[in-house]
Amino acid sequence: MIDIVLLTLLLVVAIAIIRMKDLFAVIMLSGIYGLLSASFFVAMDAVDVAFTEAAVGAGISTLLMLVVITMTGRSENTTRHKPFPALLLVVITGGLLIYGTLDMPYFGSADAPVHSHVAPRYINDSMQEIGIPNIVTSILASYRAFDTFGELVVIFTAGVGVLALLSIVRRPIKGDKIAAVNDSMHEQHLVIRIVTKILLPFILLFALYVQFHGDFGPGGGFQAGVIFAAAIILYAMLFGLSTARIVINQAFIQLIAATGVLLYGCVGLVSLLNGGNFFDYNFLSNDAIAGQHLGILLIEWAVGCTVASVMIIIFFNFADYRERQLSNENQHNQESP
Amino acid sequence: MLIGLFNNWIVVILMMIGLYIVIAHGNLIKKIVGLTLFQTSVFIFYISMAKVVGGTAPILADDIIQYSNPLPHALILTAIVVGIATIALALSLVIRIKAAYGSIEEEEIQRQDNQIQADKKERKQA
Repeated sequence: MIDIVLLTLLLVVAIAIIRMKDLFAVIMLSGIYGLLSASFFVAMDAVDVAFTEAAVGAGISTLLMLVVITMTGRSENTTRHKPFPALLLVVITGGLLIYGTLDMPYFGSADAPVHSHVAPRYINDSMQEIGIPNIVTSILASYRAFDTFGELVVIFTAGVGVLALLSIVRRPIKGDKIAAVNDSMHEQHLVIRIVTKILLPFILLFALYVQFHGDFGPGGGFQAGVIFAAAIILYAMLFGLSTARIVINQAFIQLIAATGVLLYGCVGLVSLLNGGNFFDYNFLSNDAIAGQHLGILLIEWAVGCTVASVMIIIFFNFADYRERQLSNENQHNQESP
Repeated sequence: MLIGLFNNWIVVILMMIGLYIVIAHGNLIKKIVGLTLFQTSVFIFYISMAKVVGGTAPILADDIIQYSNPLPHALILTAIVVGIATIALALSLVIRIKAAYGSIEEEEIQRQDNQIQADKKERKQA
């Protein structure tokens, strides 16, 4: 019953997103949308997914979009691009899709085709083969490690892409340094700053807990990476970019991002050299189960490193670009009068 | 039937709302929000497919007989993080478009592009 309520709420939020003109409100609503879908995933027993969606959909993505609208402006143009043909197209496509769903197995039926092929093996045999209770981690890190490797490379590539698009080598103009814009909240919001200072160690500790407890409960490298990055981003927002840049060295964090991907690939190569298949952890150690444990630990660690550092790189580059823009505007303002 | 397929229908409607935003709205940020709506609807589709009535979260424990299907969970978990990485790439493209055109409205960008084309033609004729 609760899932029907949540789905209806999702629909309401989506309709509100269409109607809103103010981009700030749209982005806040999309954060609410992410949180609602995370709650829906909990109701659907997908605890790992809910964890990720709560950290990503409601947290990091809202934040990144907010940083971007500070640069691009927060109001949307009211003219629509061919609304009636678009509506017609959408209604026809939706109608066809709904016609297609009539053949779908009903919600929650245990004999649906999706439950009949490879899933029973994961559920029945993963304890003997992998030896960890969380089946999602077993699939993600061992049975389908090759897929996860591909996805990690996509994340890394996206980080490289953001660097290529936004990061410009700083060259000082006529010898003088670019004036740093102090947009930190150093003078204001005392309560938030102190509470953040108290909470930060616990957030980081929680990220590490999620990282290493992913074998036994919901969690793992992806979630831990995002939570770790969220803590760093919170610090950067409250204490200003220039302070955060001293804490987090950009070259170092880029190195960590690349090292994570390298470590992941190396785990595969080592199992190849030991006589097994690529990512066959049974060959990492004399005991097959111990090999699986070692392999999963290493690649979860690799995933955590890359995800956390790519998220940090993305945020820092966005904020950096904004800071440069603001300092250029300030210079213009000083020159013009 | 209404309850049995309700999830799928909501997924279709959410997906179409996302598609409509991508087609009809000119603002690039709004388009990206539309894409995330579309993307999340696919996640909801996969996750509701994985649910088995009476099942529980796929973490092995004694005296539990029925688990929900863990495979779609593993697929969607990675898809969410890949999604935010690609959206960040899209957002950085938007930032560069704003720097180059001074606007993130599709029609304004199109107008400026047409202007440049027209100027080039005029110069060729002259």
